Amino acid sequence: MSEPLKPLKPLIQVTGLTIGWPDAVLQQDANFEVERGDIFVILGGSGCGKSTLMRYLVGLETPLAGQVTIDGKTPSEQGVSRPTFGVMFQSGALLGSLTVGENVALQLQEWTSLPKDAIGAIVAAKLRLVGLHHAEDKMPAELSGGMKKRAAIARAMALEPELIFFDEPSAGLDPVAAAELDELILGLNASLGITIVIVTHDLDSIFKVGKHCIMLDRETKTIIARGDPRELRDRSEDPRVRSFFNRSPQVET
Amino acid sequence: MKPSSAAAPGESTAPSFAIDRVRDELKISGGLNFADAAALWAELRKHEAKTASGQTLDFEMSGVKSTDGAAMALLACMRGELHQRGVKSEFVGAPEPIQAIVRLYRGDVTVAALKKRRPRGSLNQIGRATIDVLTEVQLVFAFFGQMLLAGVAAIRAPRTVNWREVAPNMERSGADAVPIIVLINFLVGMAMAFQAAAQLKRFGANLLVADLIGISVTRELGPLMTAIVVCGRSGASFAAQLGFMRVNEETDALRTMGFGPMRFLVLPRTFALVLVVPLLTLLADLAGILGGLLVGLGNLDLTLSGYVNEVVSVVSLWDVGSGLLKSVVFALAIALIACQQGLATSGGAEGVGQRTTSTVVVTLFTLVLIDAVATVFFRIANL
Repeated sequence: MSEPLKPLKPLIQVTGLTIGWPDAVLQQDANFEVERGDIFVILGGSGCGKSTLMRYLVGLETPLAGQVTIDGKTPSEQGVSRPTFGVMFQSGALLGSLTVGENVALQLQEWTSLPKDAIGAIVAAKLRLVGLHHAEDKMPAELSGGMKKRAAIARAMALEPELIFFDEPSAGLDPVAAAELDELILGLNASLGITIVIVTHDLDSIFKVGKHCIMLDRETKTIIARGDPRELRDRSEDPRVRSFFNRSPQVET
Repeated sequence: MKPSSAAAPGESTAPSFAIDRVRDELKISGGLNFADAAALWAELRKHEAKTASGQTLDFEMSGVKSTDGAAMALLACMRGELHQRGVKSEFVGAPEPIQAIVRLYRGDVTVAALKKRRPRGSLNQIGRATIDVLTEVQLVFAFFGQMLLAGVAAIRAPRTVNWREVAPNMERSGADAVPIIVLINFLVGMAMAFQAAAQLKRFGANLLVADLIGISVTRELGPLMTAIVVCGRSGASFAAQLGFMRVNEETDALRTMGFGPMRFLVLPRTFALVLVVPLLTLLADLAGILGGLLVGLGNLDLTLSGYVNEVVSVVSLWDVGSGLLKSVVFALAIALIACQQGLATSGGAEGVGQRTTSTVVVTLFTLVLIDAVATVFFRIANL
């Protein structure tokens, strides 16, 4: 590890971020930080803009106001260069014209000077890690939803990033597959120290893996809660937060 | 329509409910069900029409034995309409099982009227459509600019382009298109020659069919017909493929992995088309001239060597060259529009379909426009 003595700044810093479209703002003036080694959960009900927020964090959209920095750099300026983080998209977003193995190998071929056999070894190891070593030569169309997500995780880990984003990892998975995915995320975080940012509304997953969280609200367009999800569940005064964590319907006013 | 035994909405003969108006109340009784929905609605409308603003029209439900969701939805909707007109209306006296359904369908609360989207006036629509078209044109030009920049960057650093995609795309857009292109151009050459033959025979100028076919095919028809086929095959395919990748977040994934869609997807396809379309055009020229030959031999008593000699002497290198030049521009236009439209896709399967359609329509128009401009330009410049 490099220079452990230097006081490290937060890995992700979000200041005054406004997202959405000029005539339909989704979140206004959001401020938060993600520390290194954290498992950070972005949560909120449908339509609050949490998946959209992730698109801004990874640099796919340009903020209406404010800024996002990852390790001091604005992600959208990264452009065509070696990525510093991995992203798992909701549907997996594997390239349909390449095999699972080729999908994982793509970034290694592009951004490293590793020889072919070394790339093959890394690809096989990453796929084994997510339990897909038998599917290396399959096309994405032949995989189930859960397998696609796991392959996408293997691809996100290809370049040994210190940060991985997950968009709704457990959506559309059966309970066992979702639990396995949680274990995988915990394992990556505990053993390799990878910082993880998850967008989800799956309560089981939030309590199991989340160390910190922010909750977005659709009505006020702001962050209405932040902290340890278990503490928020037990101690929050805010009825919106309580009804989210306790899975109870919100009384209409 | 023939009467059927299964009761479909609006077909039942004797409704299982009854409605009586007693002063300010509609006494509803019996069973309310979907099969009688039309009759129920007609009955409600009748009473609604007779009620003026400021009056009261309650639904007296104590006689209702059963109801389903559809019937309750109609009642709740009618109540909403009455409220809007300033008529007081409530559900009264419903037994508990029925009241539960009333609550489920919001028959017990004041529901704000849904704002109906006002249809736009035709002038408004024309204005919007014009702005849309202009924005779309602007986007295509912006994309063209990006493509040029990416092309320059690619020449500077050729390693950054995804060359692996070029060969498969050349095969799909080029080799696979050979049969259809040869066939179509052969038939077009033949049809042209047939039309000309009747006229030429009258003047005894049979041999001129070789001139006519040779020039028109190499200068105009070969390049244009080829481009039209490539637009229908490859243009549509590029747009649908990139459109699906866009919808499936694959292009986003590429961007986060540091691969710009331009150099990873657009440039390889553009290179493939620019390389392959001129070759296809040469084949098309040949096929068209052969089509003319067939007519010349069969219908105009020409000899093989006579026709070939005439074609060779009359068709200059520039005739073929100008056609090839055009075909390169056509290829660029097809790739540009198809990729731009594909990458601009949003909104699922519907969006992919729309973008594919607009790709083919816009490209066909652009091809003919370029062809017309080029032809006029070449004539004026005496080329």
